[in-house]
Amino acid sequence: MATRIFGSSIKRREDPKLITGEAQYLEDIQLHGMVHAAVLRSPYAHANIRSINVEEAKAVDGVIGVFTGKDFEELPALPCAWQAGGVDNNANTPRVLEIERVTFTGAAVAVVVAENRYIAQDAVGLIEVDYEPLPVVVDAEEASQKGAPQLHENAPGNICMDWACGQEEGTEAALEEADVVVKQRIKNQRLIPTPLEPRGAIAQYSPASEEYTVWMTSQAPHVMRLLMTAFVFGIPETKMRVISPHVGGGFGSKIFLYPEYCLVAALAKKVGRPIKWMETRGENYVATTHGRDHISDIEVGVKRDGTVTALKVKTYANLGGILSTIAPGIPTTLYGRMLSGVYKIPNIYCQVLGVYTNTAMVDAYRGAGRPEATYLVERVMDLVANELKMDPSELRRKNFIPADAFPYEPADDILAGLKYDSGNYEAVLDRALEVTDYKAFRQEQEKARESGRYLGVGFSSYIEVCGVAPSAWVGVGGQGWGAGLWESANVRVHLTGQVVVTTGTQPHGQGHETTVAQVVADELGIPFEDVIVQHSDTLGTPFGYGTYGSRSAAVGAVAVYNSLQRIKDKAKLIGAHMLEASIDDVIYEDGKVHVKGAPTESKTIQEIAGQAALAYDLPEGMEAFLDDTAYYDPPNCTFPFGTHMCMVEVDRHTGQVDIQRYVAVDDVGRVINPMIVDGQVHGGIAQGVAQALWEHGVYDESGQLVSGSLLDYAIPKASFLPSFELDRTETPSPVNPLGVKGAGEAGTIASTPAVVNAVMDALSPLGITHIDMPLTAERVWQAVQQNGNGG
Amino acid sequence: MSRNVTVTVNQSEHTCEVEPRLLLVHLLRENLGLTGTNIGCDTSQCGSCTVLMDGQAVKSCTVLAVQADEANITTIEGLAQEGELHPLQESFWEKHGLQCGFCTPGMIMTAHDLLSRNPDPTDTEIRHGLDGNLCRCTGYHNIVTAIQAAASSIRS
Ligand code: FES
Ligand code: FES
Repeated sequence: MATRIFGSSIKRREDPKLITGEAQYLEDIQLHGMVHAAVLRSPYAHANIRSINVEEAKAVDGVIGVFTGKDFEELPALPCAWQAGGVDNNANTPRVLEIERVTFTGAAVAVVVAENRYIAQDAVGLIEVDYEPLPVVVDAEEASQKGAPQLHENAPGNICMDWACGQEEGTEAALEEADVVVKQRIKNQRLIPTPLEPRGAIAQYSPASEEYTVWMTSQAPHVMRLLMTAFVFGIPETKMRVISPHVGGGFGSKIFLYPEYCLVAALAKKVGRPIKWMETRGENYVATTHGRDHISDIEVGVKRDGTVTALKVKTYANLGGILSTIAPGIPTTLYGRMLSGVYKIPNIYCQVLGVYTNTAMVDAYRGAGRPEATYLVERVMDLVANELKMDPSELRRKNFIPADAFPYEPADDILAGLKYDSGNYEAVLDRALEVTDYKAFRQEQEKARESGRYLGVGFSSYIEVCGVAPSAWVGVGGQGWGAGLWESANVRVHLTGQVVVTTGTQPHGQGHETTVAQVVADELGIPFEDVIVQHSDTLGTPFGYGTYGSRSAAVGAVAVYNSLQRIKDKAKLIGAHMLEASIDDVIYEDGKVHVKGAPTESKTIQEIAGQAALAYDLPEGMEAFLDDTAYYDPPNCTFPFGTHMCMVEVDRHTGQVDIQRYVAVDDVGRVINPMIVDGQVHGGIAQGVAQALWEHGVYDESGQLVSGSLLDYAIPKASFLPSFELDRTETPSPVNPLGVKGAGEAGTIASTPAVVNAVMDALSPLGITHIDMPLTAERVWQAVQQNGNGG
Repeated sequence: MSRNVTVTVNQSEHTCEVEPRLLLVHLLRENLGLTGTNIGCDTSQCGSCTVLMDGQAVKSCTVLAVQADEANITTIEGLAQEGELHPLQESFWEKHGLQCGFCTPGMIMTAHDLLSRNPDPTDTEIRHGLDGNLCRCTGYHNIVTAIQAAASSIRS
């Protein structure tokens, strides 16, 4: 192909609307006659609801109705679509409004519908609920102990599921035989995703057609429609249309089906007017899903020369008071199965207890399971290096899966039959060492120590799994997901040669309209401007599972690619017919079908599209139009990797951590648009660094969310962060014809351990080997006082 | 209870009858239909709602509509002149200073104020100047680059 735009940093075509204020987010949508809903939430973390008095609220001028759970008794609890594979999941899920009991602060118990939001909010304050408070437990380990308050009858000991992967016996035996065994308890604290736009929904109901239209802040509109119609409302999916308008970030928290989305749809029918509900930031903190929250005990066995021989992990995964849509799948398939990291670890065993506690629902947050796995593995590497007095980069190198071992199957069937697709882990490490001038840094560090300054460098050599889609693997029989996870695309070449692509994925900042158009323009050999990409509306797009898990390129764009191949095949048939040539004698090249060896004997794709659409002279029996829909079900996942390095200075007197340099060398397979990929990496790094240093979702013992506002939950400001230095290698994925792997989560997955390892490296002269995150000044200072004698 | 408020927004004057508790951001968004200004929080932290009031960046969720009486307001919708994007809009686009775009109108208005006070800022000055504006998508890297680019284009 002549000039390709695959691989070029084309400016995003989504931006003009976003930089001028024209883009419509959910809250910007106004419908004629629209009313507003406000939700009353439980102030208790665990309580029985004795009674609810709505009379005073109803009497407020402008209030249209006040409703409680009893008004929606006919609607079942929401579905849990991804249960942990191969084990019992004692699932308990939210109702549209809770009726008898609440299990976390912020659970929805009543709703006011009013003429405007101010009135609705006023009236919410007038609803009286008589609660019977119950004992509370917020810590997953405590909740699993004898005598802990019990949340659900069907989940004795508060255990949702007890899941394991790997080989217990072999791992135990290898630990026995190891020269050195390092043990550590490692916590991965609760995080709160905090997209800048909170959640919201608008619904409208047509009594004449019995159809709902629901706009929602969703990363997966088709899945929302499926879950709402089939599992909650019990209506055909053709009776509901779901639209995601512009979505202001999601990071996983907008994948799920939430009670309020169903509530708003049900209310639209009850009230007979279009209705809008928009979450406040305060509600977003208490009632939108949280992420992470693991407590893990690890044991790692090594030989004296640094060869890791065994890794055993036991994890308490906090799932919250009730299950969100895919909660059990995150700390199992996406976590335990990734614990081999980039290393040849011959014996692995991981047990995960999924535990109910009186906290908000925990589900996928950017990286979802993989950051938790990577954090453990990469902390383990540094703990071992420290114990053996080895250089952390050399220890990593010693244990890397070698470049000639791909496809590589991690030991003990930990990945349940899948294989890492491709990789070259030493190459990214070497590149990172070179960019940072590692040797020079070590010398500088030495000198600084002599003058009482504490510099540190941290490594994170990570792998992640993207394109979690192979239906046979992820689906019901394997990893427990309630469906396959293929992705779809439709390509239509219109009469004039303009191409309309519709996708089942849903961008909310990732720039699909640009990158997908790049793929299409290249494949068809047409101008980028001639392609438009439509998405996010169940009307007019093929069913798709949505955007999360860095899957839109590795699965969604490949569906587009497959459609394009069939479009080209048909174009060749028509072109050959127009040229009066045999199909075997023509090729498709640079936007034209031409006779082999005679490039001037050609028909452009535009001419062929016109011929196909007008259809008065097509090959015998051929259908009109260039139109193709593809459903791509990949044979394997993809496995991006990289090495990140972080350099810090720690002030031992204040505990303050200062990031001096952050270098990321990523390999996300082939890159469609480097500018967009870099942006994804920047944002990902910021979120991962934030986990390492600042963010923490904290509940007090009574189950109140202490970090329930932007005042208390420390998402980073610009001044907290440095600029990042990015580099990359490109190892194409053999899994798909585009060679792409996925880039949305790599930054988040890699950066957290890089930062923590850097701080531990800085503090190593003080004998400090581990501090649990976030490494706030206070925590670091405390550790220095306890271990390093402050001085 | 209601009061009359007269505001000039993006050079056109409006008089609205408002409740005294109505926030400026709701006046802009709901009464005037200017939905480019976003609302991302309820504690004056995120800066998504930043507009220029008499030339200065303010968080419009923290100003009552009645306080804006007689004021001159510029929102993101009023930044482009005669179809020409403002240099800040150009540079955010050029440098990929936005992803989901939700923080962007507020970021641009704050940057506008910053550059009017300090036309040649250092990266550190830009980062501190953005302390009242949060972005969850970009890690700020490209926002800083975009503001530098706009600063140099405005200077020349
Ligand atoms: S909406 Fe967050 S500061 Fe105004
Ligand atoms: S671009 Fe999404 S919050 Fe800034």
